[in-house]
Amino acid sequence: MSLREKPEVMLRHVRKPLLHDSAVKQVQGAAPYIDDLPEPAGTLHVAVGGAPKAHGTIATLDLDRVRQAPGVVAVITAADIPGKNCVSAHMEDEPILAADMVEFHGQPLFAVAATSRDAARRAVRLARIEIAAAPPAVTVDDGLETGARVLPDYAFLGGDPNAAIADAPLRASGTLRMGGQEHFYLEGQIALAIPGEDGAMLVHSSTQHPTEVQHIVARALGVPDAFVTCEIRRMGGGFGGKETQACQWAAIAAVAARVTGRPCKLRLDRDDDFMMTGKRHDFRADWSVGFDQEGVIAGLDVLLAARCGMSADCSAGVVDRAMFHADNTYHLPAFRIDTRRVKTNTVSNTAFRGFGGPQGILAAERVIDAIAWRLGRDPLDIRKANFYGPGRDRTPYGQVIEDHDVGRALIEQLERMSDYRARRAEIAVFNASSPILKRGLALTPLKFGISFTLASMNQAGALVHVYQDGSVHLNHGGTEMGQGLFQKVAQVAAEEFGIGLDRVRITPTSTEKVPNTSPTAASSGSDLNGMAVQAACRTIKTRMIAFAAEHWSVPEDQVVFENDHVLIGNQRIGFGELARAAHCGRVSLSSTGFYSTPKLHWDRERGTGHPFFYYAWGAACSEVLIDASTGENKVLRVDILHDVGRSLNPAIDIGQIEGGFVQGMGWLTTEELVYDAEGRLLTHAPSTYKIPVASDVPADFRVALYDGANREETIYRSKAVGEPPFNLAVSVFCALADAVEAACPGAGQKLDAPATPEAIVTAIGDFDVVAALAGALAPNS
Amino acid sequence: MSRDSIQFIRQGRVRRVRDFAPRTTLLDWLRLEERSTGTKEACAEGDCGACTVVLARRRGGRVTYEPVNSCIAFLGQIDGAELITIEDLSRDGVLHPVQAALASGHGSQCGFCTPGIVMSLFAHYHRVSEVMNPVAVSREKIADVLAGNLCRCTGYRPIVDAAVASLAAPVADGFSQTDPERLARLRDLEDGEDVFVGDETSFFAAPADEESLAALLEKHPDATIVAGATDVGLWVTKKLAALPKIVHVGRVAGLDAVADTAETLTLGAALPLGRATPLLGRLDPDVDELMRRFGSTQVRTSGTVGGNIANGSPIGDLAPVLISLGATVELRKGDRVRTLPLERFFLAYGKQDREPGEFVRRLVVPKPSAETRLRVFKITKRMDEDISAVMGAFAVTLRHDRIASARVAFGGMAGVPKRAVAVEAALTGARLADPATWRAAAQKIGEDFSPLTDQRGTAAYRLQVAKTIVVKALAELAGVPGTATRVRPRASAGERPNDREAAHVAS
Repeated sequence: MSLREKPEVMLRHVRKPLLHDSAVKQVQGAAPYIDDLPEPAGTLHVAVGGAPKAHGTIATLDLDRVRQAPGVVAVITAADIPGKNCVSAHMEDEPILAADMVEFHGQPLFAVAATSRDAARRAVRLARIEIAAAPPAVTVDDGLETGARVLPDYAFLGGDPNAAIADAPLRASGTLRMGGQEHFYLEGQIALAIPGEDGAMLVHSSTQHPTEVQHIVARALGVPDAFVTCEIRRMGGGFGGKETQACQWAAIAAVAARVTGRPCKLRLDRDDDFMMTGKRHDFRADWSVGFDQEGVIAGLDVLLAARCGMSADCSAGVVDRAMFHADNTYHLPAFRIDTRRVKTNTVSNTAFRGFGGPQGILAAERVIDAIAWRLGRDPLDIRKANFYGPGRDRTPYGQVIEDHDVGRALIEQLERMSDYRARRAEIAVFNASSPILKRGLALTPLKFGISFTLASMNQAGALVHVYQDGSVHLNHGGTEMGQGLFQKVAQVAAEEFGIGLDRVRITPTSTEKVPNTSPTAASSGSDLNGMAVQAACRTIKTRMIAFAAEHWSVPEDQVVFENDHVLIGNQRIGFGELARAAHCGRVSLSSTGFYSTPKLHWDRERGTGHPFFYYAWGAACSEVLIDASTGENKVLRVDILHDVGRSLNPAIDIGQIEGGFVQGMGWLTTEELVYDAEGRLLTHAPSTYKIPVASDVPADFRVALYDGANREETIYRSKAVGEPPFNLAVSVFCALADAVEAACPGAGQKLDAPATPEAIVTAIGDFDVVAALAGALAPNS
Repeated sequence: MSRDSIQFIRQGRVRRVRDFAPRTTLLDWLRLEERSTGTKEACAEGDCGACTVVLARRRGGRVTYEPVNSCIAFLGQIDGAELITIEDLSRDGVLHPVQAALASGHGSQCGFCTPGIVMSLFAHYHRVSEVMNPVAVSREKIADVLAGNLCRCTGYRPIVDAAVASLAAPVADGFSQTDPERLARLRDLEDGEDVFVGDETSFFAAPADEESLAALLEKHPDATIVAGATDVGLWVTKKLAALPKIVHVGRVAGLDAVADTAETLTLGAALPLGRATPLLGRLDPDVDELMRRFGSTQVRTSGTVGGNIANGSPIGDLAPVLISLGATVELRKGDRVRTLPLERFFLAYGKQDREPGEFVRRLVVPKPSAETRLRVFKITKRMDEDISAVMGAFAVTLRHDRIASARVAFGGMAGVPKRAVAVEAALTGARLADPATWRAAAQKIGEDFSPLTDQRGTAAYRLQVAKTIVVKALAELAGVPGTATRVRPRASAGERPNDREAAHVAS
């Protein structure tokens, strides 16, 4: 039967390190992004005016001078929105344009459509805005003080954590602050809205979630969903920042297009993009743990308080995922994992690669480090002592870990590959003789749950056509943001039909072709869309097989697709020939495909279930060097071993691992979001917000894929790869804390994230650089 | 004579452009007028490099290929150059070696930064391709070359690998340093005429000599003087400044001149930082390292010595070093030329001792004596392509085991780059190898400075780090090795990576 899984040796496209589908175009500047599309005649350009205060009511919004400015065609306020003025998909808590209350600095109040982008931007600055200001809650602590929440508090509780901690032989506690993170997708937010007949609207939006853009635009315009189409061929990066955050700009562009009757393009300036769009949630984790002399945890009590900003946005899922990962790879016999979804007068925080997982994992690893420091043991030993294992395999949310053997094998393999123990000894020698420079080392494990934790989102659709020449039109609900999804899925389609990739035409994601899609998020892109496309291909193939079997009078299992041909009994014809023949035989060569992830259930009220289809495992070992007197630091070497199941495309997967790791490293080292007391973001451009550059990447960077198939039935037994490797950067933070601890025993636990030079100096506290260097001065000099 | 259009070469053709607003950026012209959309805008402030294009110019009998951030460059600045963009590299469907290596090496993911990265590497390809230079193809050097190109997807490893692969065996690509046709075309553009596009109320002017410049500025003292536009460009893209009158100094003959004698180094105001790097770098490995970390390759290509001083930034990297060396600045207005010690040029935050219509002419840097030792520390959140939280420069003159005199200057510690006079006083006559000297000098930082808290650091951190720098400088001079005091060790004399490229970069 030709629909069964092919033997590995017969795979022609899958498993191959093939290039990203657009690589050759990208290096020539020939891959168009939305701002590069030819503009329809008469296109107007939209700029957005934001609130000058973080909190208060709008006393005056005088736009007369804006309207009179050169080139201005229309000025849009909340009153001009024909439908619903709301940008939240499931709540009522965030307007497209604020009408009376201002809830963060830079919150969009109005928009200007003008004949050029320059004219629109200049006109925006002519507005006279007065806000009756109220004191803003800016930080997590401010928000905790006001008591305001965007969503109710929620906890996992198991056993009696208070008693377990109180009765344990040893206890530790602390607070870890973790900063947020700006996505800094290189292509900023952009939408181009083109009005059509009967009130229809075509929106080109740089979005990971075309369906949500469609719905919110339709709702804003007051038209049925079917009148709005959202299309996206490629984004210049997303990282979660174009999941919900693309909707507002699409909606404003669409309203402007409706009001003016002309195409309207809205591309945010980078500073506005920083100030007006959500970021990774910053967290404060207050923890206490009880443990024994071997470092085995008896009970953990952790309170995760997240700065959600002015509205809920994705905070339900983000903070839940922080809870789902607050165990990382460790068994917790008794636990309270409690959360606060804190409302502040800052931009509403949103999805960002890892989606809360990194914050939960970082808190877990801080607890482990603290135990190790207390016991004077190597943290890796404490990690191993607490690892999930037989009989210690139930997570705080009730799912039983069945493949902890993979995680354990993986860290042991990395321990050997990285030469961990010998380097630990060398570092101790170095640190003993180095006055101000200290090295640190950490090997941290990772378990990342794969599936949207909202079960209904785990579905995908595809649309595949085979034309009479045997070429294939490929479409699915996933979006391409650089991660190589389109290439991986094209490999699947080509593999199914046994044809060359040059016969598979990749097409833009459109709500017209595949409706009701989930966002390309939660690392699920290939898992979901790969399966949906495979299903569509197999539907068509089944029809072609049935036709061929009947037409040429052979049994169905003698129809085999391979090498651009179809073997039908003893004869071999071109794939296109069969397509043409099947068409003449009145066989449909077009099909949708659909997939929904099996085995998922989650009872949030009871806090138990099986929210994840499977886990991706990984581990990283990082070595760093710090200057204890200035806080300057450098990552010297990184070894990574990561589990992608059986890879669909190892080159793309390694790209995701390396890129995710470096992005995570940025979050934990140089990327600092600084707000002033008035709630103004001071780091709103790359001149002040520092993502990693080439020289920050360790010169010695060794990345390997763990060899093992996904034990669940996923697309070609692969595993999701988008988010998990981001978390491997936790090893860098732990290594920095290790170096800080070496510089000043007791200081490691004071290190907050990001570990900027100032944060390192602050953790170390008083450091007598004179005494340290005097000791290094040769006595005769 | 005066020309009322700018002229440059694009795709083999001479282009003459007359109808443009003075503040038009090169990127806007490319994307909006030419509809040439391969070049991307991502930050519009010269920090991310997505908009990088290459300007080819004739210099020293060769063609130089230099990367420029087109988002903050003014269109008028490219007069006399050949403009090369991402669309121009592949020929007859064959990718440039840099493009081919990036594509096959998985060096692009979302692809938005890719055109800029290609252009940066293409420029580097032509700094090294015709004179093989192992330093220039090291991973460390490639990381330097790419410090001004942000990529958020790949983690850079495959990009650096691809760069090394393509540079290791360079092949002819149709762009050479010695191409006679290209040299002839560029020479044909050098007409020595003043450029004045616009009218008396709104213009882009690029005088050809210093007399014209002085006269023009006397006539229009309200005009904005632009050298590399690495700062002024942001006034347009971010502050939306109108800038009706722009006077560009990049074409002024001799304003980029260098005089290098035994006693002094004289740098013309319009000398780009990249070309100043080997000259300044020769003074000391720390100065060389400072220049390596100064902005990015693109910023150093456009930004000038005079511009960095004239814009009066309290954290501009050059000023503290030049003040510690006792440099003077020469200004000209009309026929009047005056000279003042550099530290006196900076009056207060945002206020310099420069009259309307006056321009910075050159900087004269005394070379340190044989007894003088230099140390420079730049403290940033990110090691490369970042603005200092604190910068300290030390010129310490020794006599036997004592400090005869010291000039110490800091950036980031006050509204202007400023000498630490109390620290200097504490050092004068003190014994160098005595930790008590270090402690006493460091304590004086609090007398010299009351820094601010901002996004780069709190006041407390700045004070602490400034003290630490004082101690480190003295400890190193007293014999503690740089390998023990710095995350990135101080190079020993004669080990200056920038210097090894000097032959290619300097004219």
